[in-house]
Amino acid sequence: MRSQRPFVIEALTAIGLIVAPFVLPYLDFTPTTMSRIVVWGLFGIGFDILYGFTGLLSFGQSAFYGTGGMVAAYLLTIVGFPRVVIAVIVGMIAASIIGYLIGLIALRRTGIYFAMITVAIAEVFYFVEFNPLSEYTGGENGLPGVPTPTFPLGFTTIHIDTDWSLYTFFAFWYLVGIVIALRIVRSPFGVIFSAIRDNPLRAAAVGHNVHDYKLAAFVIAAAYAGLAGGLLGVLQGFMPPEAFTFDTSGQLVIQTAIGGAGTLFGPLVGATVWLYLSDFFQNTLHLGATWKLVLGIVFVLLVCFLHRGLIGGINDLYDLAAGRGAAKVEPEAPAAFSGVTAEAAQKAAPIGFAREPAPPAMPAASRTTNDFSGPILRASGLTKRYGGLLANSDIHFTVNRGELRGIIGPNGAGKTTLFKMLTCEVPPTSGKIMFEGRDITGMNVTDVCQLGLTKSYQVNQLFTRLTVRENLTIAALAERRGKFRLDMLRRVRKIYGLTEQVEHTLELVDLTAHPDKPVSALPYGEKRRLEVGLALACSPSLLLLDEPLAGMSPRERIEMVDLLKSISRGRTIIIIDHDMHSLFELVERVTVLQEGRVLIEGTPGEIKGNKAVQEAYLGGVLAA
Amino acid sequence: MINWPNFVSQVFNGVVLGALLALISSGLTIIYGTLGVLNLAHGAMFMLGGYAGWVAYTYTSSFIVAVIAGSLFVMLVGVVMERVIIRHFYSRPPEDQLLVTFGIGIVFVETVRFLFGSLTKTVPPPSGLVGITPLGFMFYPTYRLALLGIVAVALMALYIALYRTRIGMIVRAGIEDSVMVGSLGIDVYKVFMLVFGIGAMAAGFTGIVNAPVVSIAPDVGEAILVQTFVVIVIGGVGSFPGAVLGGFIAGEIISITSMLNPGYSYVMLFVAMTLVLVLRPYGLLGTAGRE
Repeated sequence: MRSQRPFVIEALTAIGLIVAPFVLPYLDFTPTTMSRIVVWGLFGIGFDILYGFTGLLSFGQSAFYGTGGMVAAYLLTIVGFPRVVIAVIVGMIAASIIGYLIGLIALRRTGIYFAMITVAIAEVFYFVEFNPLSEYTGGENGLPGVPTPTFPLGFTTIHIDTDWSLYTFFAFWYLVGIVIALRIVRSPFGVIFSAIRDNPLRAAAVGHNVHDYKLAAFVIAAAYAGLAGGLLGVLQGFMPPEAFTFDTSGQLVIQTAIGGAGTLFGPLVGATVWLYLSDFFQNTLHLGATWKLVLGIVFVLLVCFLHRGLIGGINDLYDLAAGRGAAKVEPEAPAAFSGVTAEAAQKAAPIGFAREPAPPAMPAASRTTNDFSGPILRASGLTKRYGGLLANSDIHFTVNRGELRGIIGPNGAGKTTLFKMLTCEVPPTSGKIMFEGRDITGMNVTDVCQLGLTKSYQVNQLFTRLTVRENLTIAALAERRGKFRLDMLRRVRKIYGLTEQVEHTLELVDLTAHPDKPVSALPYGEKRRLEVGLALACSPSLLLLDEPLAGMSPRERIEMVDLLKSISRGRTIIIIDHDMHSLFELVERVTVLQEGRVLIEGTPGEIKGNKAVQEAYLGGVLAA
Repeated sequence: MINWPNFVSQVFNGVVLGALLALISSGLTIIYGTLGVLNLAHGAMFMLGGYAGWVAYTYTSSFIVAVIAGSLFVMLVGVVMERVIIRHFYSRPPEDQLLVTFGIGIVFVETVRFLFGSLTKTVPPPSGLVGITPLGFMFYPTYRLALLGIVAVALMALYIALYRTRIGMIVRAGIEDSVMVGSLGIDVYKVFMLVFGIGAMAAGFTGIVNAPVVSIAPDVGEAILVQTFVVIVIGGVGSFPGAVLGGFIAGEIISITSMLNPGYSYVMLFVAMTLVLVLRPYGLLGTAGRE
């Protein structure tokens, strides 16, 4: 969210909703159209949290919209329950419960599978409404006679039965919905949702239970849909079975895409455009059924050319006008360094990089199991087989607390596979991994990270659409809050120690210069440091670094080696790298892998002189 | 009490429906497997095939011409669609691909509605295939029997094209790893265009050969699309044999449940899909790691 000031967006929304009835009728908006817009907008808030924020595109929201609406309408018409607001809320709760159950199934898969499954499930709801449950839902007739709300105040009773009073009623619910949604996206949930959208693999690796957060987003979306469905019945005085159709889900998707996903207000904007144009085409231009063709073409063009919808387009225009567009890509490396050789840069380093003495390394978080005194990591008999390929074979590997260990080996020696097994990204074919005296074999990457073992990746795995600070916040949140916690109304900055941890990591990896820059705009060397920073922000007691120096310029290497030296104090680290010159300078012991086996282990001095190692690296001449 | 003759005929209906679903799902799944794009306009292409065939039939009164016209027209639509729009979406997030194909589907449906109205159209079966055929133990509509043969031939042709030709080998290699195929010096874009055309043609062909059984309407593709999704989830995304197996399973489930209570056919389909997702998340014949 752009504004840091509290309640500005909320206040503007309230003003907008109050002013709308005085302005929009001049543009031929009827009160009923405005009520429909607000209900669609409310429906869309939840969908936007699911799609725009979490990246889960569901084509089945009609199931929850219909369920909420039918439950509320059933209570109000057939049961004869008198309180409209309570019935609508009961409908919302029912939709949330259904959402939870459906989410358990739909979230077994992601991507297009998820889209297909949601379509299929929504279709089932449509048929169930029509046939097996028609006794309760009125089948193809729907449920007529949904009453309008009344509020007895003792001395008088407020009847909400005129068009404008109904608009006020719906606008009030929209405001409540948007206030809660803004709270959610500013809570740890908001950041974690975006992390899952950008890079679910890394979100899990820094210690978030991705599945549970997705499920939470799914239930939130179902709750909003259920609430909107209940209000739809009130709006029309009748609960239409069409709420369950694929068209309903499709219209929601289209409106959100038109308005702009990931903005919360996109669906409201989209609904305004859609409903206004549909009235305009049908009533003013008399296009009849052709209006949908025109809107379909408009939608396709919009998806092709305006990726982020109307709100995104307006934002881009605003940025362009403010001159921010040009500032996005700025060359980072000073020209003075471009022609400098490694040696010269190294010599210049003490002067050129007389940065503040590195801040003391952040202590690894004290976890309950820290009283274990044996080796921090002990892997025995680790074997990994990919079909016929033996990537690792019977590896025995022990690392003591506080040690700085290097792993080298020719390409294809199985170094990365070993790291993947140690962090439980892939299960070993056989063998056992003990971390701080605990058997972690067969655990998943999230739980292992929560125990204090994580790694930085060989190929950057960042949350590229988020800023540097947000990236580190994601990792630090996992350490502060555990893998899942239902604190969706709590503000991120109120979490104890979080800001300090993020700021500290920023200093540690020397990214304080532009913490609010999006990661995609960073030069490679800084991305690489952020990659290490993400792992560091988890406060691991054992940190694995997979080729932290890979692909770096000589200057960037020197910075990175400095960084690694500073973070190694009071921490156990295992580093894979091909830059032996830097690695031997850093580490205390080296393990050499060859063809999936441990070739030898020893101090850098022993390794340098070892014939077998020289043999392993063609020609026996060290690259240094 | 189960009525046995009725049961047997429903099993037969299930086989026919299954064959149709297998063919249309194969089209969707090879497009997805090769291009990585889930074409939400696939149902609309099924519908387009029916309409193109119907137009050809009204002019020529020949069923054969109708089938050829329906198939080729939809193939052309697919090729143009890939060339003009889809190609620009390969590097965009999968969600954008879903949005754009969904939008294109709407445009197809609404264009047909604009041109031909919302009323249903029928294409009669070819003169030699009307009436019913005695099978000894029951009587069965002749065209449906023939349809089974027609679709089996089409599936076999698709199989041969995919597994017994050079271009098919490239397509299957593309399903495994399209980047690698590109780096072997093969113009992947040409392959993509061809695959999109073939996948679209499978939908269009199914649309026209099914027209004598179920009359066509602009929104006839929607239900088919949903069933296709279930077929693919059951069979495994990107797997041609999976689409065939899933098609027959879905066909039987729909037919047999319809005999007992039509309202529950989708529920049973859903139950089957859920079972597969729980027991074999990547589909019966799918491979792990493909999303």
